[in-house]
Amino acid sequence: MSRLLEVRGLQTAFPSATGETRIVDDVSFNLDSGEVLALVGESGSGKSMTALSILRLVPKPGRVIAGEIKLEGRDLLDFSVSEMRRVRGGRIAMIFQEPMTCLNPVVAVGAQVMEAIGLHDQIGQVDARARTRELFAEVGIPDPEARLDAYPHELSGGLKQRVMIAMALSTRPEILIADEPTTALDVTVQAQILALLSDLQRDRGTAILLITHDLGIVNELADRVAVMYAGRLVEVAPRQELLSNPLHPYTRGLLRSIPALSPPGVRLPEIPGVVPSPDHWPNGCRFSTRCGERFEPCAEIFPEETAPTSDRRVWCHAVDASSRDPEGEAL
Amino acid sequence: MSTEVPPLLRLQDLQTWYPIREGLMRRTTGWVQAATDVSFDIAPGQTLALVGESGCGKTTVGRSILRLESPQKGVVLFEGQDLLELSAESMRAARRRIQIIFQDPMASLDPRMRIRDQIAEGMKSFGIGVDENDRRARVAELMERVQLDPATMDRYPHEFSGGQRQRICIVRALAVEPRLIVCDESVSALDVSIQAQILNLLRDLQDDLGLSYLFITHDLSVVRYLADDVAVMYLGKIVEQGPTQRIFEAPAHPYTKALLAAIPSIDPMQRGGAPPVMGDVPSPSDPPSGCHFHTRCSVVMDRCSREVPPLFPVTGTNGTKGEQGRSRCFLAEESESRSLG
Amino acid sequence: MDVESYVVSNSVTLGLVLACVWVARVVGREPIWRDAARQLWSRRRLAIVVVALYMTIGLVDSIAWKGGIPEDVVDVLPNAPLTLLDRAFLGTKEASYSAPFASVEFYGAEALKRPGQHPFGTDILGRDVLYLSLKGARVALLIGGLTSLIAIPLALIFGVGAGYFGGRFDDFVFFLISTLASIPGLLLLIALIMAMGRGTLSVCIALGVTSWVGFCRLTRAETLKLRELDYVSAARALGVPELRIVIRHILPNLAHLIVITFVLMFSGLVLSEAVLAWLGIGVDGSWGQMIDGARDELSRDPIIWWNLSASGAALFVLILAVNSVGDAIRDVLDPRTLKDSS
Repeated sequence: MSRLLEVRGLQTAFPSATGETRIVDDVSFNLDSGEVLALVGESGSGKSMTALSILRLVPKPGRVIAGEIKLEGRDLLDFSVSEMRRVRGGRIAMIFQEPMTCLNPVVAVGAQVMEAIGLHDQIGQVDARARTRELFAEVGIPDPEARLDAYPHELSGGLKQRVMIAMALSTRPEILIADEPTTALDVTVQAQILALLSDLQRDRGTAILLITHDLGIVNELADRVAVMYAGRLVEVAPRQELLSNPLHPYTRGLLRSIPALSPPGVRLPEIPGVVPSPDHWPNGCRFSTRCGERFEPCAEIFPEETAPTSDRRVWCHAVDASSRDPEGEAL
Repeated sequence: MSTEVPPLLRLQDLQTWYPIREGLMRRTTGWVQAATDVSFDIAPGQTLALVGESGCGKTTVGRSILRLESPQKGVVLFEGQDLLELSAESMRAARRRIQIIFQDPMASLDPRMRIRDQIAEGMKSFGIGVDENDRRARVAELMERVQLDPATMDRYPHEFSGGQRQRICIVRALAVEPRLIVCDESVSALDVSIQAQILNLLRDLQDDLGLSYLFITHDLSVVRYLADDVAVMYLGKIVEQGPTQRIFEAPAHPYTKALLAAIPSIDPMQRGGAPPVMGDVPSPSDPPSGCHFHTRCSVVMDRCSREVPPLFPVTGTNGTKGEQGRSRCFLAEESESRSLG
Repeated sequence: MDVESYVVSNSVTLGLVLACVWVARVVGREPIWRDAARQLWSRRRLAIVVVALYMTIGLVDSIAWKGGIPEDVVDVLPNAPLTLLDRAFLGTKEASYSAPFASVEFYGAEALKRPGQHPFGTDILGRDVLYLSLKGARVALLIGGLTSLIAIPLALIFGVGAGYFGGRFDDFVFFLISTLASIPGLLLLIALIMAMGRGTLSVCIALGVTSWVGFCRLTRAETLKLRELDYVSAARALGVPELRIVIRHILPNLAHLIVITFVLMFSGLVLSEAVLAWLGIGVDGSWGQMIDGARDELSRDPIIWWNLSASGAALFVLILAVNSVGDAIRDVLDPRTLKDSS
C-alpha cells in the first residue's frame, strides 16, 4: 500500500468577533491507497470541514490558514484553480449526506452522470451512455437501461444515493470522500449501501475517507479510525483496536453511551455537559471541560501526540503520563 | 400486555389516510395509506416503542392520537374517553394530558419567543398557576429538574445547544402535567453523547412522575434501552408487536428480523455479512397486494401476494408464558397451528 | 370643511408620532429587534439620517394652525390654516421665474423681492422651488405610508388566513388573487381613481387595492410553511387556541417579511405615483406632478431646468435612501442569521 494522501497540520478558520476561530485545528493523517479511513465525531467536531478543506471547498468566508494536503507528494493547496477542478470529481470524488439535494431535479439522472463523465473524459455520447449503464449496473441499480432516463423524484432515496455513488465513481477516482453517506437513509437501505461501498472498495481498490458520527458504520466499513472532538484529533487507531480498547476518555465515553451496548434496565453511562462552541474552546485539551479523568495540566496545556504502539496515536495527558516515566515528561 | 390495570391509552383499528387530490376540482384520485388498522395499549407508567422506517406511518399514528391529523376511523381511548369523539373544546382540554416532543428541537421552538414564554404558554392556556410570578417560579423549578439553568429562561432558542433545546421542549411538555408523552424521534437528531443524556432524563422523569411514553423511532438500539413493549410498523400496518425482550431475542416477523439484522454492530469481531433485505420501501400510496412486505421478504410464499395476513398470536420461545405479542405473517399461523396440534 | 381637515391632519400626525414612539419602545425591549436595529444603524447611518430628514420635513409640513400671518403678506388667505413649513416660506413668492440664487427675474429682468434667496429658483407662478420640493416630501410619505397601511393589512388578513386555515377560504383568496393579477394593473388603477374621484385618499386606496396581491402570495406561502413547523404543532398540542397561535407564533415570524415588504413597497408606490402624475391623475403637490409640470418648461428658451432637477433629485434621494435601508433590513432580519448562531 502506498501513501496516497497526506494531511499535515491542517488549520481551517472562520472570521469571528475575536479574530479567527479555528474550526479545524492542527489535523494530520494519512490515507493509503485502497484503505478506508473513518473520520468520526459529533456535530461541530470539524470532520466535514476537514473533508471540504481537502477539496478546497471550504464555504466562504472560511479558509485554510495552515497545513499541507499532499496528494502523492504534491500539495493541493498549491494547485491552480483549474488544476484543482480536475482533481475534484477526477482523482478525488465526494458523495454527500442528502442525495435528494445533490441531484438536479429537472435533469434525467443518466444525463447527470454522463455530464460528469464528459467533464473529465473526451468521449462520445454513445460511449458515455454505455459507461453510465455499466456504472448503474455496478452500483446495483435494477433495470439500469430504464433508469437512465428517470428523473430524481422518480427514484427512492436509496436509488438516488446509488446514482450519486455511480456519479462519483464515473471518473475512476483514487479517493472517495463519503460524508455521512447513509445518514438520510433507512436502516435496511443503509445496510445495502454499506455493503455496496465495501464491495466497490474491494473490487476497485478505491481509498475511502468516510465521515460519520456512527461507530456502527465505522465498524462495518473502516480499516482505521480517526476520532475528532472540537476541531482536534483526539485518537487515531486501527478499527479493531479502537473499538475494543479505546485509549482516549472521549472515545471511551462515546462508545459507552451507545444504547445498544448497555444491557436493558441499566442506566446509560453519559458524557456530562455539552460540546463547547468554538468561541469557548479551552486552551488545553478540548475535552477537558467534560472529561471525568482530567487532572492538573488538562485545562491549560494541549497534550502532545503519544504513540502507544506504532499504528496508534492519541492526544491525552493521562495516556501520555502513563506511557512515559515521570522524569522524561516534557511539556 | 399482561397487566390487569386498565390501559392509559388504547388504540383500536385506527386508520388515517391522506387523500391525493388532483386537477382543478381537487378530486380525490387516491389515498396515501399512512396508517391502517393500528391497535395497541399503553399501560400507566409504561413505554411503547413504535418502530419503523420512513413512510411506515409511525409519525402519523402519534399525531393522530393528539388529533393533529384527522383519522378516518378507529377508537383512541384515553383514560376511558374516545378522543376522536370529543368536541374541539373538550379535545383542547384533553391535550393537557397528552403531550408531544418532536425530532428537531430547533424547529419545535419559536425562534422569536423567549423560552420562558414558550414554556408558560401551555400553562396559561390551561389556567395552571395563579399569576405570572407563580408560573415563573414553576418554569424555574421545571428547568432545574431537567438540568437547565433557570437563569437562562429569558433567552431565545438560538442561544442554546441542540441537547439543551430538546430539554426545553421536554420542560414545555411537562409544564402542563401530562400523563402520556408522545416522543416523535425525539433523540434521533442528537449526537450520541447528548442522546444518552436525554434518554436517561426521560427515564428518570418516568420513574418520578409515572409518565407513559409512546416512543416513535427508527432506531432499534434506543428502543431496547427504553421500551417495555415494541410495535413494528411497515407501510401503515403493525406487522409485529410484543414485549421488548421477546422482539429482540426471538423476532417472529421477517421484517423485524431484517430490521434487527440491519443495525450495524459495534462489536469489532462482527462485521460484514449480506444486507438482510434488498430494495426500498414501496410507496404508501400504492402498497403491494397481500402482505405489504412480500416484495422484499426472503421467505415469501405463494399466498403472501394474494392474501392479507391478520395478526397471529406469537407464543414465547419457551412456549410457557402464553401469548408474547402478535405477528402479521403466515409463518406465525403455521407455528401456532403446530403448537396447537 | 376646511377647518376639519387641518384638525384631522394634526391629530393623525400626533397619532403617528405616538405610534412611532411605541414601536421604538417595543423594539428597545426585545433583544432580537434591538440587535437588529443596532446592526441596521451601524450599516446604513447616512441612509437612515436621510430618511429621518425627509420624515422630519413631512412632520413639519403636517402641523398646521390658523392666524399669525403678518399683515404685509398678501399671497395667502388671512384665515387659511398654515403649516410650519408654509410659515417658514411666507412671503417668498415672486412674480415669475427666477433662476437659482438670481437677483433679477429670469425673463423680465425686474428686481426680485428676495434677491439671491431662492437656492432652487422659482417656477412660472413665482413659487419657491425649494419650498415646493420640501412640500412634496409629505405627499410622498403619505402616498407610500398610507397605501402600505392599506395594502399590508389586506395582504396579511387574506394571506395568513388562506395559508393557515386553508379550505374554502384559501380557494376564495386564490381566486381573488388570480382575478386581480389578470387585470392590467395600470388600467385598474386608472379605473378606480376615475370611479372614486381624484384626491390623495382615492389615489392611496387605488394603489393599495392593486398592490397587495404580491405580498399576499408571499405571506400565504410563508404561512403554509410555518403552519407545518413543529412549534405550531406543539402549540396546538398545548391547547393554545388557533387565533392565538396566529398572533403569537405566525405573525411574529412573518415580521421580517412585513418590514422588508413595507420598505420596498414604499419606494415602489412613490414611483408609481410619479407615473400616475404623468398620466394626469396624480396627487396635488407631489414630486410626480412637479416633474410632469416641468416637461413644458424644458421646451422654453433659455431652458428652465431647475424645476425638474429639484423635484427629480428630491425623489431620487428619498428612493435611494429607502432602498438602501431596505436592503440592509433584509440582511439584518434574515431568519437564517438568527438560527445558525450557537
